[in-house]
Amino acid sequence: MRLEVTRRAAPSKAMAFLSPVIAIALTVFAGLLIFAAAGLDPLRAVHLYFVSPFTSLYSLQEVLVKASPLVLIGVGLSLCFRANVWNIGAEGQYTLGAVCGGGVALAIGEGSPFLVLPCVIAAGILGGLAWAAIPALLKTVFRANEILTSLMLTYVALYLLDYLVRGPWRDPMGFNFPQSALFEPAATLPVLTSDGRLHLGVAFAVLAVAIAAVALPATLRGFSIRVAGSAPKAARFAGFSQSGTVLFVFLTSGALAGLAGVAEVTGTLQQLLPEISPGYGFTAIIVAFLGRLNPVGILFAGVVLSASYIGGEVAQLRLGLPVEVAMVFQGILLFFLLACDSLIHHRIAFRRAAPRTEARHVG
Amino acid sequence: MKRLMMAAAVLALGLSAASAQDEPTKVGFVYVGPVGDFGWSYQHDQGRLALEEAFGDKVETTYVENVSEGPDAERVIRQLAADGNDLVFTTSFGFMNPTEKVARRFPDVKFEHATGYKRADNLATYAARFYEGRYIIGKIAGRMTETNTIGYIVSFPIPEVVRGINAFMLGAQSVNPDIQVKIIWVNSWFDPGKEADAAKALIDQGADILVQHTDSPAPMQVAEQRGVYAFGQASDMKEFGPNAQLTSIVDDWSQYYKERVQAVMDGTWESTDTWGGLDAGMVVMAEYRNMPDDVKQMAEETEAAIRSGELHPFAGPITNQAGEVVVAEGEVVSDEDLLSMNWYVQGIDDKLPQ
Repeated sequence: MRLEVTRRAAPSKAMAFLSPVIAIALTVFAGLLIFAAAGLDPLRAVHLYFVSPFTSLYSLQEVLVKASPLVLIGVGLSLCFRANVWNIGAEGQYTLGAVCGGGVALAIGEGSPFLVLPCVIAAGILGGLAWAAIPALLKTVFRANEILTSLMLTYVALYLLDYLVRGPWRDPMGFNFPQSALFEPAATLPVLTSDGRLHLGVAFAVLAVAIAAVALPATLRGFSIRVAGSAPKAARFAGFSQSGTVLFVFLTSGALAGLAGVAEVTGTLQQLLPEISPGYGFTAIIVAFLGRLNPVGILFAGVVLSASYIGGEVAQLRLGLPVEVAMVFQGILLFFLLACDSLIHHRIAFRRAAPRTEARHVG
Repeated sequence: MKRLMMAAAVLALGLSAASAQDEPTKVGFVYVGPVGDFGWSYQHDQGRLALEEAFGDKVETTYVENVSEGPDAERVIRQLAADGNDLVFTTSFGFMNPTEKVARRFPDVKFEHATGYKRADNLATYAARFYEGRYIIGKIAGRMTETNTIGYIVSFPIPEVVRGINAFMLGAQSVNPDIQVKIIWVNSWFDPGKEADAAKALIDQGADILVQHTDSPAPMQVAEQRGVYAFGQASDMKEFGPNAQLTSIVDDWSQYYKERVQAVMDGTWESTDTWGGLDAGMVVMAEYRNMPDDVKQMAEETEAAIRSGELHPFAGPITNQAGEVVVAEGEVVSDEDLLSMNWYVQGIDDKLPQ
């Protein structure tokens, strides 16, 4: 017996859609086994993890608050990845968005919200865009590998933020602790619910998904992005500029990451801190792939991943589970997703004894 | 009819009061690191366990560990408040603004924030005067070093840490004017890899005693391997460096936590600002070991003098890096200036972001 992996002639369309669903189902099943093995009531644990975040209006709000930066960044990244451009530095673009938006918010101070807030948000978008422009230009002009340059610039951005909140932008009334002053109300995103933290950033995320979902299949730019990724030679024959596509996807994803950053600091935190992201820029890479690089898929993926974080916290509180379990779960989810994916494109067959053994008989 | 309703209301009130007495007092904790860091968060968790031991069934505790000081903090704190906790301890500076926001929304829940400065009717603050311990270990280091070079591993340039460096230096200079302190910032409270690398680099630069203001036992382990001395941080780390540890500045929150929970049970809880030191038992020096008797005696005497108030680590004259006398003889640095300390004393070879 031996195992043989062969490529399928035509991957099933239906299965491509079902694969994330199957992966999530398998993760839940694996969760049941793990919890049972740990001596917990598996149904209650799985309920806390995967269902409880959706059962109350409040926790649903929290799921959306956490999902919106993931979705915003994920949509931008999906454009890059479709065009075979590997922007790994969304965390840095997010940070620069927060820095530029926050900087403008601190500089303007009080004013009419109709004037201040658009300036703050525009600064955030431009900040992210500018940070993405560096690896984009390095790639188009010098052919520098964008994986390295965009990733390395992330650390530069994080240290820049660190320097600013510990140095020049430190709150003068804050006992020299590393944090900026709180933003004026005019520079904070409006809250959408009376008692919660749901802010306008969620609307940005939904809007980004809608625009991408409509524009990607319907516009020439969307077509050129898809062709650049799946058939670069054809793209060249069709007269699509390669560097034009690279610049477009990089700048767009940078702008979206910057928007996510400025929305987070003006919506959730309302000040600049040394730590403004629990790794949104990196988690969004997972979200983009979990959503199959499809805008609507990314929306769902962002919500699922965000719920798994919040479910992990609830399980920590109610069951005393360690925080690592939430991470193990995300790992399992990715594992199943990749496994399901490879089975869409490949088939596994068990073959009977190999010819070599027969040859030995003869010899 | 009206009277009937009144009676029902009184009955309901009585019932709810009775059930409130039967139900355990719920206490929640938010930790910035893992409970297994053997440092800051570990010691807070020891305080939580002490509550369970002291109050038994009358108290119910929960905690969330590894909560980053960013966008997630507010959600976690709120979750604890919404889950029916009567008292919530948020144990890191970065939780200050989220705690304040949640406290505003949950006026019936009591909150206690460690190391911050914002208070409200239902939000108290508490911290410990660790600099008292740092002064003592400075004196020990001043006597024990042979190379006159101390390696100091630090997390972030915040007043708490700067105050510690200054207190250490003042203590060391009081017995050894030639002492030098080399500083490495690792930009993290808990990163065993970086802390160990910093420890090795400092030893390679001639440091024969390590001081840390980060939470993992990694520097202690490196000191043990390389045969130099070290001071533990937050918890007694002698198991990680039986031959290396001279002493450790231990955070002991147990007594404070017990008092505060008792106050909630008695209905006497008030928003307070607590800054306790050696005398309050919040700062405890681990056993003085691996040192000659005369050094040990000096350390014990210093400890007793600080505890009695006879000695203040920040008593003048103190000169800053520029050589200006900032605290005149006979004066001590005020608590407010200590809390916002952002300058170095003379002799420290480092620069603070301004």
